[in-house]
Amino acid sequence: MNPTLTWDISSDVSQMLRFPFMVNALEAGTIVAVMASVVGWFMVLRRESFVGHTLSLMSFPGASGALLVGASQVLGYFVFCAAGALVIAGGSQGGGRRDHAQESAVVGTVQAFALALGFLFLSLYSGVLESLETLLFGSFLGITTGQVRTLLIVALATLAFFACAGRPLLFASVDEQVARANNVPTRILSTAFLLVLGLAVAATAQITGVLLVFALLVAPAATAQQLTPRIGSGLALTVAIALAITWVGLGLSYFTNYSVGFFVTSAAIVLYASARAFRALKGRQGRARELERS
Amino acid sequence: MLAQEFIRNALLAGSFVAIACGLVGYFMVLRSQVFAGDALSHVSFTGALAAAAAGLDLRFGLFAATAAIALLLALLGRRAHADDVTIGTIFAWVLGMGALFLDLFNSGSAGGSGITGSRALFGSIFGLSAGAAQLAAVVGVVIVLATLLIARPLLFASIDPIVAAARGVPVRALGTVFLLLIGLDAAEATQAVGALLLLGLLAAPAGAAHRLTASPYLGLALSGLLALLSMWVGIALSYQIPSLPPGSAIIAVASGLYLLAFIGTSRASRRLFGS
Repeated sequence: MNPTLTWDISSDVSQMLRFPFMVNALEAGTIVAVMASVVGWFMVLRRESFVGHTLSLMSFPGASGALLVGASQVLGYFVFCAAGALVIAGGSQGGGRRDHAQESAVVGTVQAFALALGFLFLSLYSGVLESLETLLFGSFLGITTGQVRTLLIVALATLAFFACAGRPLLFASVDEQVARANNVPTRILSTAFLLVLGLAVAATAQITGVLLVFALLVAPAATAQQLTPRIGSGLALTVAIALAITWVGLGLSYFTNYSVGFFVTSAAIVLYASARAFRALKGRQGRARELERS
Repeated sequence: MLAQEFIRNALLAGSFVAIACGLVGYFMVLRSQVFAGDALSHVSFTGALAAAAAGLDLRFGLFAATAAIALLLALLGRRAHADDVTIGTIFAWVLGMGALFLDLFNSGSAGGSGITGSRALFGSIFGLSAGAAQLAAVVGVVIVLATLLIARPLLFASIDPIVAAARGVPVRALGTVFLLLIGLDAAEATQAVGALLLLGLLAAPAGAAHRLTASPYLGLALSGLLALLSMWVGIALSYQIPSLPPGSAIIAVASGLYLLAFIGTSRASRRLFGS
């Protein structure tokens, strides 16, 4: 049966929800959106987008390595993402001279090496290219109930980490030197954050595909930070945006047969561009009002 | 080994791609723009797929897409230096477009998309024709010459943009030109090592050179040399071991060199050798 989109949204939704795979996809998408957007909010605050992207690509060698040795793909995702987080944490802290340029060279090299490894695994496995496409761009078909449960556990663990360490992490992210002077363990925190980031992207990559995790990580947080400087409302807005773009993406993808990733990223860029335009406009009005007054 | 035509083509194209990546990469690391390079290298994948979906020459798509996004990034950032959130958001969107083009291409023509997709992602330096190799070499020479031409003012503008601007160096224009150069270089290198792997050729030799020497011109030369070495050794390794894909081999060698440089200059080894 070919689904068609009508103007009656409630009948569209109920048509969609008749399929168990779609229910699973929506559940998984919701869990992933909440988790990825919260982690992403901290990632954007800490200016670690490049690290986040690199960790999300770690899922690729993870999945292809698991294919090669016949292990579970989910396990491969988590093992490689965690390992990548530890390597990057070690590389950017233990290298003697500490500067931003060097750190980004470490991250870039780790990323390229991981992808090269993934490609090697894939060609040793003598390439199944359809699965490559799913791996890279995601698929909401065939998400099992077991997968949803795993995602839920990872998401709860991630949120628990932020509930416990959120405050010191925020302090360390905003002003690292003052935080260290106040006995906040900044090094342990930054390593722990990278690990949590690794786990979160490994979980997210199973739904959005390796290449598009990033859309859920960075775009909602970036949009929210354009609109409000507050912490509480910023986080809430981030989660709301992530949920909205995920649901819209899944729904449109169901009705059109184009990939979820395209719709999610397009919705994200539209929101981000509008937020930027809104802020620029508000800034100009504010300046004009000040000129009038003076 | 050199009797094989595909190896000669690979070495010709690969050498110039490597030198271009080494030189551009040196400035990219110096200016902390590795993430921009990462984004532009992924953009080239979308470009290739878009060209494939529209039935155009792949190279046209590569160069057009990377140049357009490079200009967009330059436009959106202060001093042509976009912040990482902007880069990240745009680049996620461009990848989403890539997914769409892949879908369009899959539904449009019969078969072959998997091969096009994987060639764009991971490169196929052994599959270059003599004409393609010569063109890649020419583009490589152009990128190298352009980099060397702007090397002095770019160095000044990268190390101290405020003083450079006060001395009349066009910092913003240089930043834009440099982003365009990264874009061109990404499009060029995609043909050899693929969109996903070329970051290694940009970041690893340059990162190693930055660790090994603080002198900019020496570093620039060293970065080019290390990239060239990675390319040659990678091609040779991949020729000897047929199951090792060339892209993986080249990046593995480059990463290995970086790891050596990292260990050699790390705190522990300095303590050990007392320098």
